[in-house]
Amino acid sequence: MLRDIFSKNKKTYATIPVPSATDDVPVGIMTKCPNCKKIMFTREIEQNMKICLHCDYHFPMNAKERLSSILDENSFAEMDKELVTVNPLGFPEYVEKVEKDRRKMKMNEAVVTGTGKIEEKPVVIAVMDSFFRMGSMGSVVGEKITRAIEKADELHLPFIIFTASGGARMQEGVLSLMQMAKTSAALKRFSDHGGLIITVMTHPTTGGVSASFASLGDFNLAEPGALIGFAGKRVIEQTIHEELPEDFQTAEFQLKHGQLDAVIHRKEMRKKISLILELHHIGGVTE
Amino acid sequence: MTVELEFEKPLINLRKKLDELKLITQNADVDLTDEIEKLELRLHNLEEEIYKNLEPWDRVQIARHPNRPTTLDYIKFLFEDFFECHGDRTFGDDEAIVAGIAKYKGRPVTVIGHQRGKDTKENIRRNFGMPHPEGYRKALRLMFQAQKFNRPIICFIDTKGAYPGKAAEERGQSEAIARNLFEMAGLTVPIVCIVIGEGGSGGALALGVGNHIHMLENSTYSVISPEGAASILWKDATLAKKAAESMKITAQDLKQLKVIDEIIPEVKGGAHNNIKEQANLIDTVLKKSLDELAKLSKNELVQDRYQKFAKIGQYTVE
Repeated sequence: MLRDIFSKNKKTYATIPVPSATDDVPVGIMTKCPNCKKIMFTREIEQNMKICLHCDYHFPMNAKERLSSILDENSFAEMDKELVTVNPLGFPEYVEKVEKDRRKMKMNEAVVTGTGKIEEKPVVIAVMDSFFRMGSMGSVVGEKITRAIEKADELHLPFIIFTASGGARMQEGVLSLMQMAKTSAALKRFSDHGGLIITVMTHPTTGGVSASFASLGDFNLAEPGALIGFAGKRVIEQTIHEELPEDFQTAEFQLKHGQLDAVIHRKEMRKKISLILELHHIGGVTE
Repeated sequence: MTVELEFEKPLINLRKKLDELKLITQNADVDLTDEIEKLELRLHNLEEEIYKNLEPWDRVQIARHPNRPTTLDYIKFLFEDFFECHGDRTFGDDEAIVAGIAKYKGRPVTVIGHQRGKDTKENIRRNFGMPHPEGYRKALRLMFQAQKFNRPIICFIDTKGAYPGKAAEERGQSEAIARNLFEMAGLTVPIVCIVIGEGGSGGALALGVGNHIHMLENSTYSVISPEGAASILWKDATLAKKAAESMKITAQDLKQLKVIDEIIPEVKGGAHNNIKEQANLIDTVLKKSLDELAKLSKNELVQDRYQKFAKIGQYTVE
């Protein structure tokens, strides 16, 4: 065919991908911003709190990076680190997938919880990690978050959670679903005791996580550009047969529709949370 | 409308043959009574065998049966003087959820449930039983009302899920579901939840934070539909049957996972075969539940519900 002659993809020889070839170039020296497409030194981005130097795009942070961006140095004491996932449904390939992420991320599950301080003010904090199984919530994630909320209740400390999750973890089926109720019930009890809840939705916060604790803060905050929503965009487009606006389900969209108190730049986050904490300190302000 | 389910085909064929033979005996001079008796016995045995060994996917088919009784069908048989209440007082009335007050054995109760339609027209009105945020907010409004007047709450769960639409997202589908989970956890009246058809994900759970959770024998309750799971996990929605098995979504599975309290038996072949009889089977379990919960104080009811959910989940310590 004529088209074949002009085909751009015409290959004159076979290419065989060699795994070792990819190792020749040190991975991760340069990073391309998915938003403005500019290429930068990874180190520069990291020094800039993982924010693009050109367009302010917020790159996803893992739990460790997040904790160090929010808490006072050396103030973090981790809880329930030893809880590990089992395969309650005997779901095919589930154990292997979790094991792989455990090795890669050097953490047991998709959330890190513990106590720490923000500008000297003690808090209980939970940080989800979207690099671990998309931050999905199974039994361990639900249990760790519940225990963290109960800890905040016991110590009379504010509870702060940074969410980053695709939703409930399918491989644990209905047990994952029920973690939504379990965590929400813990928040309700904590809230009834006067506990302060601050949720910060980071990219992405969707499905069962968005439809439970993420939306239940006294203050619901978010990072700029974060994807926040219940149903997946593709599912919605297929259901309603129309294209959705570009900003659909972004933090800014949620702010416009009354679902958030504020969208806060990453560099402002620690200061703003500190301010909220200060305004909720018994007696009004900390000395 | 008669609907043939895949696994029932052998039965349907046998029944057809039996009817033919009966017709011949009536109209012709041959006596086939012996053959008919033999076939009837075979039919009986085959029925026993098929309905006793239903695969998860067969149960999904029964749960989705177009004639499967809905919340309003059961309300008719289980309660007296149902008075339906509309609207969330903020945005509108979502007919994918019905809610109201009624009498149960002479005592006032609040009844809330997802509501599917039985034909296309009704399904469009009721959005196929897939609620928008205002549906969940209506439900919550009536739960608070129940608490104010100290009435038990009975929830019927029957939805494919919360509606995945643009308007639903704009009005805060996530928040509406989350709010229900949060507030239901703190209600000081008994809450009994019964899954009567499909219990689809967060949209089902938003009416599901009960002291007791029961499921009809052929109902399902899952974090995602088998089709959805198959398309995400294996990029192929036609593997739904496999997903239905792996995901453990049947009443029997959930009982084993200690998520639900009781399995309510169904009439032979599924609830749609005899709604009145099915309502009786539900009635027995519902009465027992409400009697048990009536003994608990307000505080005990809240603690009982908290503990119930706190226990769900499996993990180990390393």
